Amino acid sequence: MSMLHIVNKSPFERGTLDSCLKTSLDGSSVLLIEDAVVGAVKDSSCSDQITAAIASKKVFVLGPDLNARGFTDADIIDGIKTVDYSGFVDLTTENDNVQSWL
Amino acid sequence: MMEAWEEGDNPMKKFMFVNRKAPYGTVYALESLEVVLISAAFDQDVSLAFVDDGVYQLKKDQNTDGIGMKNFSPTYRALGDYDINKLFVEQESLTERGLKLEDLMALTYEDEDDDWAEKTSIQVVTRAELADLMDQQHVIISS
Repeated sequence: MSMLHIVNKSPFERGTLDSCLKTSLDGSSVLLIEDAVVGAVKDSSCSDQITAAIASKKVFVLGPDLNARGFTDADIIDGIKTVDYSGFVDLTTENDNVQSWL
Repeated sequence: MMEAWEEGDNPMKKFMFVNRKAPYGTVYALESLEVVLISAAFDQDVSLAFVDDGVYQLKKDQNTDGIGMKNFSPTYRALGDYDINKLFVEQESLTERGLKLEDLMALTYEDEDDDWAEKTSIQVVTRAELADLMDQQHVIISS
């Protein structure tokens, strides 16, 4: 079973990304949307944790939410893939199940 | 002895708006900015603090075309025209998020006491300095 994990809150103010990364199985997909996109930015206090996760999981960030907050692909951690809304839909259909971490 | 929050000879009070949330994901940042603009009408000593995820509110190059929401970041540029020119950004919050002062919008005001010289409204302060600034306020509104 492949699972898409969706996180929508900033890792600096909520523990949902941390819980998601600790609970999700290797090979799963993790998509950062809304305020969670700031977790994808390089050189922050949580970038080491994301970089470690990329070794065993696929990490995505929603481009429109990233751009709204003033960041572009050049600002994000290597190995994180940017998707648009249709890419978001593709992820939900490619995976067997979806878990939203609220 | 009169307490700091009691009205003395000078009715001007020190208001600080503390912003702790990223824009767009929740409505807090926009609502706080609206209240700040309203507060300008009351001729008070207003300052803003940006801490934790609040520092993202001042990130430059915000582009909301893809999310169907209004980009309200240019509104911060108007604050200087309303004599709101003390925007304190916490250094530790920037560093934790991999951000530098150069990543923020350049916000300025014209100093009427200095031949309308253009000056920066943003001051980066340490957590300890911000604690002292908060201690000097009559009213603190956090969001």
